[in-house]
Amino acid sequence: MWDRNQMAARAAKELRDGMYVNLGIGIPTLVSNYIPDGMSVTLQSENGMLGMGPFPYEGEEDADLINAGKQTITELPHTAYFDSATSFGMIRGGKIAMAILGAMEVSEKGDLANWMIPGKLVKGMGGAMDLVAGVGRVVVVMDHANKHGESKVLKNCTLPLTGTGVVDLIITNMGVLEVVEGGLKLLELADGVTEADLRAATEATLV
Amino acid sequence: MKKVYGSAADALDGVLFDGMLIAAGGFGLCGIPELLIDGIVASGVKDLTVASNNAGVDDFGLGKLLATRQIRKMMSSYVGENAEFMRQYLSGELELEFNPQGTLAERMRAGGAGIPGFYTKTGVGTVIAEGKEVKTFDGQDYILERGIFADLSIVKAWKADETGNAVFRKTARNFNPPAAMCGKICIMEVEEIVPTGSLDPDTIHLPGIYVYRLIQGEHEKRIEQRTVRPRAA
Repeated sequence: MWDRNQMAARAAKELRDGMYVNLGIGIPTLVSNYIPDGMSVTLQSENGMLGMGPFPYEGEEDADLINAGKQTITELPHTAYFDSATSFGMIRGGKIAMAILGAMEVSEKGDLANWMIPGKLVKGMGGAMDLVAGVGRVVVVMDHANKHGESKVLKNCTLPLTGTGVVDLIITNMGVLEVVEGGLKLLELADGVTEADLRAATEATLV
Repeated sequence: MKKVYGSAADALDGVLFDGMLIAAGGFGLCGIPELLIDGIVASGVKDLTVASNNAGVDDFGLGKLLATRQIRKMMSSYVGENAEFMRQYLSGELELEFNPQGTLAERMRAGGAGIPGFYTKTGVGTVIAEGKEVKTFDGQDYILERGIFADLSIVKAWKADETGNAVFRKTARNFNPPAAMCGKICIMEVEEIVPTGSLDPDTIHLPGIYVYRLIQGEHEKRIEQRTVRPRAA
């Protein structure tokens, strides 16, 4: 099985030179640690920035410079700032090549649920619905099962959706699955995981 | 016509009324119009609907207007940082309309640009689409979203000249330009009002046509998630 960092490292293999990418909160944020040397990838922060840099050194935090998770960050030589309408214009307009996001559930049709659990505290979808509807490619990084051991890779999502038919690739702690016609195609198994293990842990149709 | 006012109370005089729709700039606590929010708290105006991406925290930003129960309804994309907000929402005292973040920004921009509705693929097939017209363009479904026409916009910029030509700083720009555009009246607060002619006209982020009244003041600029990295040894 892969740990968080191994999942992030695997997701980083989806990056290509020159890409503009949006990384979600959690494991997706770790992907920035695995951008290959010599590859130029520009990170978008949907609150209005391209060219997101690392966290600042202590004492150099700037209240005017935060990421979409409201964390203090820094700028880079190629950074550009813009307003929220422009930011989501480039998202909705398909200019961002890829989003790497966390998820609660994904279906074999590429439906994604990652914003709301009925009966639990609802915080809001933020920019997730805009991102999955607009970006070129959506890569989900998540654990294969929830904390009760139930598959998060389903025939149909049970939670309220963030988008329908939007997910292209699913990277879990057990392997890599591609959303194709008729179901999910197994591309890769994590270290120590057999195909039988993955099939047993997956509710969705594997083709 | 003079746009510069001496205080938030002066700038807000005569423009507030119960039940009004206010669009506010800011993302989290970054770039929020903190002086004008304090002024609205002091005014006692109530039954407000506020369109703002977030709702502040319990003791800062729009959280202050929630604490005084002056807000009846919020139009937001994410409200997870505010316990009092959640309490009022779960008890039914506060109405909440979730908007996807980009849809909220575009609703403000559209309203400001005189566009009453637009079609977007954001939210198609989700709860956000419920009750909204669906239209198919070139084989893809889109939902109709409405432009926001606010009674008042409250926004924060870094600097402005005396005519309201404004410059924002880093990610504090966020929702401020679209919020400024969508109000019948827009009041802006800045850290510094500079003499007209001292800003390079090519670097203005928001032209003064959108700004009706302008104030300058000290800002707390609170940081919500202070995150740092260790210095290399």
